[in-house]
Amino acid sequence: MSIIYILWLRQLKRHFRSKARLIGSLGQPILFLLALGFGFGPIYQRAGGGDYIQFLAPGIVAMSILFMSIFSGIEIIWDRQFGFLKETLVAPVSRFQIMIGRTLGGATVATLQGIIVLLISLFVGFRPGSIIMLPFGLVFMFLIALLFTALGTAIASMLEDMHGFQLIMNFLVMPLFFLSGALFPLQGLPRAIKIVANINPLSYGVDGLRGTLVNGAHFNLGLDFLVLGVITIILLFIGSYLFSKIQI
Amino acid sequence: MNIMIRVENLTKKFGDFIAVNNISFSVDKGEIFAFLGPNGAGKTTTIKMLTTLLKPSNGEIIINSHSPVAEPDDVRRSFGIVFQDPSLDDRLTAYENMEFHGVLYKIPKDIRRFRIEQLLKFVELWERKNNLVEDFSGGMKRRLEIARGFLHHPKILFLDEPTLGLDPQTRSHIWDYIKNLNKEEGVTVFFTTHYMDEAEKIAERIAIIDYGKIVARGTPEELKSKTNTNSLEEAFLSFTGRSIREQEANGVERMRMRRKLFKR
Repeated sequence: MSIIYILWLRQLKRHFRSKARLIGSLGQPILFLLALGFGFGPIYQRAGGGDYIQFLAPGIVAMSILFMSIFSGIEIIWDRQFGFLKETLVAPVSRFQIMIGRTLGGATVATLQGIIVLLISLFVGFRPGSIIMLPFGLVFMFLIALLFTALGTAIASMLEDMHGFQLIMNFLVMPLFFLSGALFPLQGLPRAIKIVANINPLSYGVDGLRGTLVNGAHFNLGLDFLVLGVITIILLFIGSYLFSKIQI
Repeated sequence: MNIMIRVENLTKKFGDFIAVNNISFSVDKGEIFAFLGPNGAGKTTTIKMLTTLLKPSNGEIIINSHSPVAEPDDVRRSFGIVFQDPSLDDRLTAYENMEFHGVLYKIPKDIRRFRIEQLLKFVELWERKNNLVEDFSGGMKRRLEIARGFLHHPKILFLDEPTLGLDPQTRSHIWDYIKNLNKEEGVTVFFTTHYMDEAEKIAERIAIIDYGKIVARGTPEELKSKTNTNSLEEAFLSFTGRSIREQEANGVERMRMRRKLFKR
């Protein structure tokens, strides 16, 4: 337990000591909220969708969690390059524990990020549907964070250096985000896009957030929870397997 | 005599390149053993295989009667290591780096606190215990790495060029500590160094590796008399020749350079 705690604590300390990262990581969600929220708002309204900010805000919260989690997971590559990974790898600690500690740390950081973005969205005009559902919203935020931190860790365990990072951003993270229903409703989409959205785990995260924060789930909350939970557990196991295979 | 480290026909290949070529040796319990060789001879690769970081291509290793491949956790419980290249978290303070290590190695809290204070004072970093490692000089980082390596008292201590870049005062200070640890607690010491005077003074037995093969072994005296030389340095040169070895900049070096550009 104390091992998981110290690994978790390390992730938090590293995050909060990097002021540039703290501020920099808020730029994108704010830009998206303002530019897309106010840019597409009138058209969305005219098309009969209602208030676009209400629709968009949970999507942007999910986006900020997605980016921060993947980034936290990928941090293993930095640790490998700058040597600290060796210190963890030679320790007489099970690889699963290391994986859990790191993932919980990264997920906590990402969830906090999501909460900050949620607070910012209040200033842009977002209003949560019901206060009672808010804690469930937090559960979904943490689940999204866990899932993608585990995914980031699994991927990073297979990479030697940061060369592959751009590839992951453009061919995995961006598609996950754009094809998740974060920006547009999943109803009435072309078949191909609909299929992709349905197998994209982030769709269920966005849906869970929207369901709990503004009361408008496309799937249903139980299904969202189940899909996210199962995939997270699978990724944790795959991640710790790949992590245990790392050679330096 | 008890054997602490036994290596038989150990080989490591990276593609076509044979980094370690069919080497065998053993280190007794409580012995101080030096593993010497020019740059790129295979020292660090061997240490990585001994410490579970790398899987051998061939051959057998037994550490404290366990195999690093089959029972990595038992092996990991047996040793401590000071790496050749940096392995600190520079976003953490000196104290936090020590604390992190102590928790990973399950050292009880009161012993942990006591030893951290003692060791940080020993390497003269106690006053700067709450400073981030990224603000430390090269020598300070090195001292902290060494202090961290001594924190849990293992059966075997691997030291990969531990004193690289340290001034003579600090070096002798640290070697005194290691010798003491060896005498008091019977810790087996396996080290590499480029300072031949250190090896001559401290090592009980030496193996010299070159191009992945062990080219000589014995006590410092034996090596000197075999080559008819007066110092270990001359003996070393006579075994390994005078040509300068090239080592390719590896990914880590390149990354470090890039990071310097990237930062701020």
